[in-house]
Amino acid sequence: MSLCSSRWRLRETGAAASTFVRQAAKEMRELRQGWAVAMRVLVIEDDRETAQFLQKSLKENGHTADLAGDGEAGLALAGEGAYDVLIVDRMLPRLDGLSVIKSLRADGNRTPVLILSALGEVDDRVKGLRAGGDDYLTKPYAYSELLARVEALGRRTVPEEQQTRYAVGDLVLDRLSHRVTRGGEHILLQPREYRLLEYLMQHAGQVVTRTMLLEHVWDYHFDPQTNVIDVHVSRLRAKIDKSFDKPLLHTVRGAGYTIRDGPV
Amino acid sequence: MTALFERLATAASTTAFRLSAAAVIAFLLAAAAISGFLFWQTNSVLTDQVLGQLRAESQLLKAENAGGGPAAIASAVMALSRPDGAGLYFLADERGIKIAGNLNRVPPELAASAQGGVFRYQPQRGAASPERLAVAIPVDLGPGQTLLVGRDIEEQRAFADTMKRTFLLGFGALSLLGLLGGLAVSRLILNRMEAITATSQSIMAGDLSRRIPVQGGGGELDGLAQNLNGMLDRIEGLMCGLREVSDNIAHDLKTPLNRLRNSAEEALRDARGGEAYREGLERTIEKADELIKTFNALLLIARLEAGPLEESLERFDLGALVQDVTELYTPAAEEAGYALAVETSDGMQVRANRQLIGQAIANLIDNAIKYSRGQSAGGAISVRAARDGAGVAISVGDRGPGIPAADRQRVLRRFVRLEESRTQPGTGLGLSLVAAVARLHHGEVRLEDNEPGLRVILVLSNRVLVDAVPQERDGRLALAAQ
Repeated sequence: MSLCSSRWRLRETGAAASTFVRQAAKEMRELRQGWAVAMRVLVIEDDRETAQFLQKSLKENGHTADLAGDGEAGLALAGEGAYDVLIVDRMLPRLDGLSVIKSLRADGNRTPVLILSALGEVDDRVKGLRAGGDDYLTKPYAYSELLARVEALGRRTVPEEQQTRYAVGDLVLDRLSHRVTRGGEHILLQPREYRLLEYLMQHAGQVVTRTMLLEHVWDYHFDPQTNVIDVHVSRLRAKIDKSFDKPLLHTVRGAGYTIRDGPV
Repeated sequence: MTALFERLATAASTTAFRLSAAAVIAFLLAAAAISGFLFWQTNSVLTDQVLGQLRAESQLLKAENAGGGPAAIASAVMALSRPDGAGLYFLADERGIKIAGNLNRVPPELAASAQGGVFRYQPQRGAASPERLAVAIPVDLGPGQTLLVGRDIEEQRAFADTMKRTFLLGFGALSLLGLLGGLAVSRLILNRMEAITATSQSIMAGDLSRRIPVQGGGGELDGLAQNLNGMLDRIEGLMCGLREVSDNIAHDLKTPLNRLRNSAEEALRDARGGEAYREGLERTIEKADELIKTFNALLLIARLEAGPLEESLERFDLGALVQDVTELYTPAAEEAGYALAVETSDGMQVRANRQLIGQAIANLIDNAIKYSRGQSAGGAISVRAARDGAGVAISVGDRGPGIPAADRQRVLRRFVRLEESRTQPGTGLGLSLVAAVARLHHGEVRLEDNEPGLRVILVLSNRVLVDAVPQERDGRLALAAQ
């Protein structure tokens, strides 16, 4: 309730002020949290138990989450534009998830959207992304998978395409020359290993799941049966970490991988 | 008798009968028009002939009159007039008294006519003989004399009558035959229709195994019956699939569910407390994930069987995809001690479901690695993609234990796992999914002996191939690839 009233006040002061306040708040959160950027998430989900589980779990990970129980309420809240990421269930009462996303996009709202759906068929995914969703996760999902994706989406607000150089510790990847060096020493990578590292470094400090790697590095949206990704990652690790004292590429148990200079 | 009548009545009320009746009526009308025209034409030819003869004769008699006068004409008429002859004559003087001829008087039908015409007369043979038909024209011999020259046309009339009778009889026979034919045709069609109706009724009542009888003549009704039977096969297949899925859910999902429950209970009972709970919960999540995997695979197969997925069709180079998926598995295969050799031909542009075909290739390679285990190390797994007669063939061959010929079709079914493979991880749905992907792309899956080992060939129909001209990926695909 207090959230609502504060947002009403924001609205009265105008959109420009709202953006300013939001930006300032976000920067403060980033300063406070360091790597793990605290995000404001809106969960539009009609199942109360799921919604509350998400709210509680996201809070534990340092984010804040508002809940909306149906499409119309969700659209109204999302329209305020004060969120970093929206989690939208596809099947919602009053207004379905895809319509919520479509009308948000039609209004010029670019907030990243993660679609949650029990419909996991190949066609559904394409429909979801076509409607303006940024990522698609099929129920049932692992919370670690959802968290990794939400954090990856939240970071998207920084235009990553413009960055030509990634650096984690003394590991440097130059996107223009496609050269990877560690401590000034050139590391020779296969094309796929290069793309794997590029994606990991794009999301430095964040947890990246195996599925995310499969989707973004290989463009596959299917289950590879065995953990083929692990072998690729361990080969990459052998090249970038093996002959150096400090490991940068870490395995996050039960979730995936992360590349960072510091403790996990 | 009433039964027969009823059957006839049913036959008569069918569309087939109405159509054949209409055809018979149209045919009869056409026949009547043609024969009427023929009759009229014959009649006028004959009449013209008779009139021509009469005119020629009257010219001769006129000439006789001009040359020899009344006496000559009288003797000429007398010579021509034979009792019961075909030629009829009547010559009279100015008072109307007969001079010569075999007619006794001017026929009343011609009395008022200057052109002549048709009349009836009594032959001289005797009063008992019937009246005959004749035609006569007057000959102008100048004032005072009357001469009629005629011809008996009773025979022509008889001929015409015979013709009329023949035509009428013919029409009668035709109508009757047409009617009977129509009834027979509609009866025949009705019988077939009744067979189809009876079959569809028993199908509606639940017996999906029934089929419409095909007579084998190759007619359009057989074609229809075959098509309907094909449709029924498909429906029965889908129904069986559905039944199989629910049976499988009952059996193959309940067992792991039970295992999941057991592991949770076991952890709860464990005397060690906290640590055991953690382990138990982790095991439970692991088992839940396996279940979800199986469940997703089942749903995906069911969805693929239901029909085409249009939204996710993409245009891509199949050879490149095969190379790509193989590359994904190469490190894992090498780790397990097998070399993955890949060989693809160029220019295989297809429009298909990239993700599904990728999944199918992944399943095949994953199986190959899984079942090569325990065999002599260094046994290579070969992945090939090339055009073949029916379309495009993607084959994955291993040097594992292979599958006996008798079991090869069976392993394509859901949840079928051979005894030897029960110890391997997996859902038992990998090959079923490959088969479903093949069917979705109008192809098939073949299992062959790799001598030694197993070779699985995924064939996609030619229909997925597009011409090799490279095209810009359209916006839709770019979006799908995001």
